[in-house]
Amino acid sequence: MKHAFAILAVLLAAMFAYAPVLIVGAPYESTMGLVQKIFYFHVPSWIVMFASAFVCGTASGVVLFTRSRSADAIAQAAAELAVVFGVIGLITGPLWARKAWGLWWQWDARLTSALVMWLIFSAYLLLRKYGGPGSEKLAAAVGLFGMANVPFVYWSVNLWRTVHPTTNVVPTLQPSMGFPFLWCALAFIGLYGLMLAARVRLERRRAELDALYLQLEDNL
Amino acid sequence: MTIDSRLRAWVFAIAVFVGPSSLIAQQPPPAATDGFVPVESLGLQEQLPAAPLVMTAYAVAWVVVFGYLWSIWQRLGRVERDILEIRRRVEGAPRR
Repeated sequence: MKHAFAILAVLLAAMFAYAPVLIVGAPYESTMGLVQKIFYFHVPSWIVMFASAFVCGTASGVVLFTRSRSADAIAQAAAELAVVFGVIGLITGPLWARKAWGLWWQWDARLTSALVMWLIFSAYLLLRKYGGPGSEKLAAAVGLFGMANVPFVYWSVNLWRTVHPTTNVVPTLQPSMGFPFLWCALAFIGLYGLMLAARVRLERRRAELDALYLQLEDNL
Repeated sequence: MTIDSRLRAWVFAIAVFVGPSSLIAQQPPPAATDGFVPVESLGLQEQLPAAPLVMTAYAVAWVVVFGYLWSIWQRLGRVERDILEIRRRVEGAPRR
C-alpha cells in the first residue's frame, strides 16, 4: 500500500511538473486570449470538488443507515477536500472573470449556487468541529444535502441565463486544448485520491488515539 | 352630456395627464461621436493585463494544495506522537 502511494505521488509530481509545458503550448482562445488559460486548473478543481461532494454524500448516507465509523471518516475527509478544492475554484474563477467579464463577481445562477454549495460543506466542517458528541448524524444529513446540490450547480448554466460558459465547452474542445485539459483533470483526480487517502488515514489514527485515551482512563 | 362631448372630455383628460409624462420619459438622443478614442487613453480596467491574473491563479492553486498537504502532514505527525505517548502510558500504568 505504501509503495502504491509512493508510486502515485511520483507519477502525479511528474504530471504536475509537465502540466505548465502543455498549458503554455495550448493555443490562445479567440475572444479571451491569455486569461482563458486559467481554465486548465479552474475546471479540474471544480470537477474534483463535485467528486468530493459525491464521496461525502454517499459516505454520509452510509453513516445515516449503518453508523459505520469508517464511512464517517471518509465523509469527513471528503468534506474537507471539497472545501479545499472549492477554495481553488472560487479564487481562480474571479481572477478569470475580472479580465473576461470586467468584474470579479456576478450574482448569477452558477456562481451563486457554487458558493452556496461550498458554504454547505464549510457548514459540515464547522458542525463536526464545534457540534459536540452526536453531531455526526446531523453532519451526515448536511453532507447528503450538499451532494444533492451538485446537479443543480452543474446544470445551472444551461437552465438559467448566466454569463458563465455552458457545460458544452469541455466536450467540444479542440484536441490542442482538450489534451492539456485532460492531462490537468487526470492530475487533479489523482491528487484528490492521494489527499483523500492521507486524510482518511489521519481520521483513523485519531480514532485509535481516542480508543487509547479510553483504555488509559480505564487503567487509572 | 352627449357621446361626442364625453369623448372630447376623455381625449382632453388623456392629453393633459399622459402628454407631459411622455415628454418627461422621452430620453434625448445619444450625442454623435466626435472622434475615436485611442486605446492608450482608456481606463485601467480596459488595459488590464492577463498575465498577472493567470500567474496569481496558478500560484493560489499551488499554495492551497501545498498548504493543505503540509497541514495533513503536521496533523498526522502530532497524532502519531500522541499515540506513542499514550501507548507508553497505557503499557506502564498499573491495571485496576
